Order: sequence, then C-alpha cells, then structure tokens
Amino acid sequence: MESIVIGVIGADVHAVGNRIIEYTLTQAGYNVVNVGVLSSQEDFIHAAIETDAKLILVSSLYGHGELDCQGMREKCIESGLENVLLYVGGNIVVGKQDFNEVEQRFKAMGFDRVYPPGTTIEQVLDTIAQDLRSKA
Amino acid sequence: MKPYLLADFGSTFTKLTAVDLESADIIGTAKAITTVETNIIEGYRTALQRLEEVVGGRLPYEKILACSSAAGGLKMAAIGLVEELTTEAAKRVCLGAGAKVELVLSHHITKSEVQEILDKKIDIILLAGGANGGNRDCVVHNAMMLARSSITAPIVFAGNKDATDEISEILSASHKTYFLCENVMPRINVLNTESAKNTIKEIFVKNIIEAKGIKKVESMVDQVVFPTPHAVLMAAELLSRGYDDETGLGDLMVADVGGATTDVYSMADGLPSQVNAILSGLEEPYAKHTVEGDIGMRYSALGALQTMTHAERHHYDKQHIDIALECEMRAKQIDFIASSGHDYLVDNIIAAKCVDAATSRHVGTLKGVYTPMGMMYHQTGKDLTQVTHFIGTGGVVISSNDPRMVLRSGTHDENKPFELRPFNPDFLLDKDYIMSAMGLLSLDYPEIALKIMKKRIVKI
Repeated sequence: MESIVIGVIGADVHAVGNRIIEYTLTQAGYNVVNVGVLSSQEDFIHAAIETDAKLILVSSLYGHGELDCQGMREKCIESGLENVLLYVGGNIVVGKQDFNEVEQRFKAMGFDRVYPPGTTIEQVLDTIAQDLRSKA
Repeated sequence: MKPYLLADFGSTFTKLTAVDLESADIIGTAKAITTVETNIIEGYRTALQRLEEVVGGRLPYEKILACSSAAGGLKMAAIGLVEELTTEAAKRVCLGAGAKVELVLSHHITKSEVQEILDKKIDIILLAGGANGGNRDCVVHNAMMLARSSITAPIVFAGNKDATDEISEILSASHKTYFLCENVMPRINVLNTESAKNTIKEIFVKNIIEAKGIKKVESMVDQVVFPTPHAVLMAAELLSRGYDDETGLGDLMVADVGGATTDVYSMADGLPSQVNAILSGLEEPYAKHTVEGDIGMRYSALGALQTMTHAERHHYDKQHIDIALECEMRAKQIDFIASSGHDYLVDNIIAAKCVDAATSRHVGTLKGVYTPMGMMYHQTGKDLTQVTHFIGTGGVVISSNDPRMVLRSGTHDENKPFELRPFNPDFLLDKDYIMSAMGLLSLDYPEIALKIMKKRIVKI
C-alpha cells in the first residue's frame, strides 16, 4: 500500500479539512500518515522517511503558506527524499492574488502540484494515482 | 507468619527485605556490600546473616525473588531511523525494561559506531527503524553492519515488520543471537513497547545475569527476575493505579538518586492541562522511566557538578562550601558516607541538583507559537504539573536530614516556566528503601505489596 503523508503546516490549526483529506485518501486505498495540525516541515519529512512515503501533501488555510513552505524541498533533499512528490493546497497566500503567479512561485520552491482555494481532494485523486505510478 | 524474601543486588549494596504476607508488613531489612567481582554469593550471605540478626533467626521463606543492577546494570544500545521517531521509541523501550541506554544511534550506522557498541560493552542491542510498511533500507543496512561485526551481544529486532524475514536471514547467516519482536513504532507517533520490552526482560533473565556472574546466586534465591529499575517501575505503577479494591495514590513521580545514576519515574497520562497546548511528537507511556547515567551522588558526582551554573557555585562559595572540591572527593571515594553536618548539607545540595537536572530531562516542555488565533503551545513529552505525589528514594535521599529540600528541587521552578514539572505535590519518602522489593513482591502478591507501600512510604 502506498503511503501518503498529510498535515497542516505552520501555526495553522484548521483541523476539519485535514480530516476530510485523511478520510478520502484512506477510502481511496492509501496508507495515510496524518501528522496533524501545527506541523513543522520536519514533522512531514520525518514521517515520510519512516513510512517510505512517495508523496507529501501539505495543507495551509491561514494565508502564511508561502512562508511556511519555504525551504521544504531543500530539507527533503538533505533528508534523502529528493524524489518525493510535494503537493500543496488550501488558502496558501494572503489576499486575492493571481493564482498562476502563486503557482509559479510554489513550483519555483520545488512543489510538484499547487492547488487553488476550493479544490476538493476528490478532484485530485486521479492526479495522485498518476503521479505515484510515474514514480513507481 | 508467612515470610517472603526480596533481594536487590545493587551496584554498591545488596539489600534484603523480609516480608510477612499474613500481616502485610515488613519484618526486617538488611544490607551488605555487593560482591559481584569475586562471588556474588558472599555479599548475599553477609546480608542474610545481618537480616537473621534483625528478624531473630532463619525463616522458612515461601519464595526468594531478586532484581539486579549489579555489574553495571543492563547496558543497551538503541538503534533507530529518525532521531525523534523510531530512535526515540527504541530508547523508551530500553528504559521501560529497566536498562541504561549507553548508546543511541540513528540512520545508517557506520563502522565507528559499531566499534562504539563493542567498546561500551553493550549487553543488548535494540534494532528498530521504519514504521510498518515504511522504510526498510536503513534497518537492513544496520543489520548487515551488525552481522559483519564481531558483536556477540543479543540483538532484538523491533523495526519495520516488512523487513523481518530479511533481517532474520542476515542475522542467522552470521550466527548472531537475535530475537524478533513487534515494531516499537508500528505507525507514526504510535509507541508499542510491550513486545520488545518483554523480550529484553527474558534475555536479561536467560543470558545477561549469567554473563555478569549474577546467576550463581540462584543456588540460594529462587530467581533473579529483572533489572532493578524495572522493579521500581512496577512498584510505582502499582502504587499509582491501585489494585482491585485497594486504591492507589493517582498521578505520581519518583526520584531515585543513586551513586552512579539518577532515575526518574512518572506515572501519569501527562496530557495537556491547559487548553491552548497541542501535543506533538511520539506518544508517551503512562509509566515512564528515564535514567541519567551522568549524574549521581558519588561515581557521577562530577556530572552533577557540571549541571551547576557559575552563579550557583559562587553562591555556595559564599557559604564556605567548595562544591567542586566536594564533588571531586565524592567521585574518588565512592563509599563515602556523610557523618558531619557539613557532609549532610553538601550531600543535600548535590542530591537536589541531581533531582533538578534529572527532572528537567524527564518532564515535557512547552514551546510557544504565535498563531492568528493567539498564542498556542506545542507540548512535547508529559505534562506532569498536576502530579499529586512526589516520592524520594535512594540511599542519600533516605538518609538525608532534609529530604523535603532535595525533593522540592524536582517541582515547579519559576526560572523554568516551559518545563512541565509538578506544581504542588505532597512529598513522600521511601524511608525503608523498599520500592524495588515491592515491585518484585507484586509479581505474586500485588495487593500485599500495595498495602505495604501505602503504610511504609510516608509523607514528609
């Protein structure tokens, strides 16, 4: 069973969406490793190392996602996870910004997939399956 | 009278406790120097003679059970993958089994780390790494490194279950003594101690006490059943939880200050007591044990000295106590016993420092985070602020002329606001030094052991 690490990054305590993601991914047949709210980059990375997860799915709802996600890809590389897939979604930046620009900024930070507000986890299931297949 | 005898082979003293099961009380205690270097039976015989003088002759003991921390105690190496996860879980399992963790290794181990295992004369190696279904490369690499070495110590594998068959093949091909257990961390942040802990205890009984020359004493006692810290852990858990109708004391802590080590035990769930704290990190056990091998009253007095700040030393200087000199003297003269008022005062100061430092390392901590919802705290470890009983044991604390002052140093400290120390506990003293004996007795007679502890561990 493929493992996916999920959680809410930074000083963010939005717990409900995170539970929905856990539920949906579990139903879809993944071993979901939920590091919970208020999680640091290290919490995600350590969990991914121990569980051999190929995908880390970061949620951020409170607008500080850009600050919280900085340097995460570099830390993954240092930790031997250079090939891990990084997804991010939620309200990841402050205010109403052009999402194309936001996506570019997060991709430059090393994220593979960046999702705008309002994206549901169901909409992403096919992409997850496809991305994981290409990594296998 | 129905007498029952408990023996504790300590690093310095062999302690005997005779119990009457009918009246549920202690008949007498005695001690003598441990003689594990020559023949452990000699010290035991001497202690037994002294006990006979106390209780008035030889008694028909129903059973004689023993625990041991002689010959360096049980020295273990804990190996895991990530420091905060499987490595920490492995470490906790060792401590829970009553071992001293002499070496903690994580990620892929190297030749020099393997050499360290040999140099430190490790008794048992606990090999963990990877959650179930998770990483297996690392634990397999580490097993290979152990397999290629000249290590003869038993290896307990308690890592990713997917790697079990491979590990088993690697270790059996190189003729290592090994045991397979359940993963210490089957899922992220979930601690699973029982399986590995029980295996460690079995190995201790079957292999380790033999190798250390302790088994000889089994010609005189029925069985040496576990390492002393494990006996104390059992006693403390029983005293906290109670047994059947006999109620326990609830959440409690124990500080055991010895010559070479300082052990701290806590019996509590340790969940956050304030609403704005969120638990983070690995799950904590209800019955938790930590041992500080670098701080103690004699052999490790210099370690205790190191935990003192310059300001503290200066403070004692002004009271005409050269604390550095006193610690050096105690470290050289490990059988030193306080006789003057000055000696007692200095012992109290060092003991208080041991309890203080060991408590700091045992209790959970808070770390503040500013969030849009206001200040929140990450709690790592156990919140022990609500603990109601703080028990002191160990020779120096028991014979201290001010045990309250010693134990108070393990409680709330305004200078350490982020350490979750007991706020306002009652202080108790194990005045007859019976906790390890009661842990042993609890194997057969938990209710009697509990009654005796409630009677003999007194409020101060």
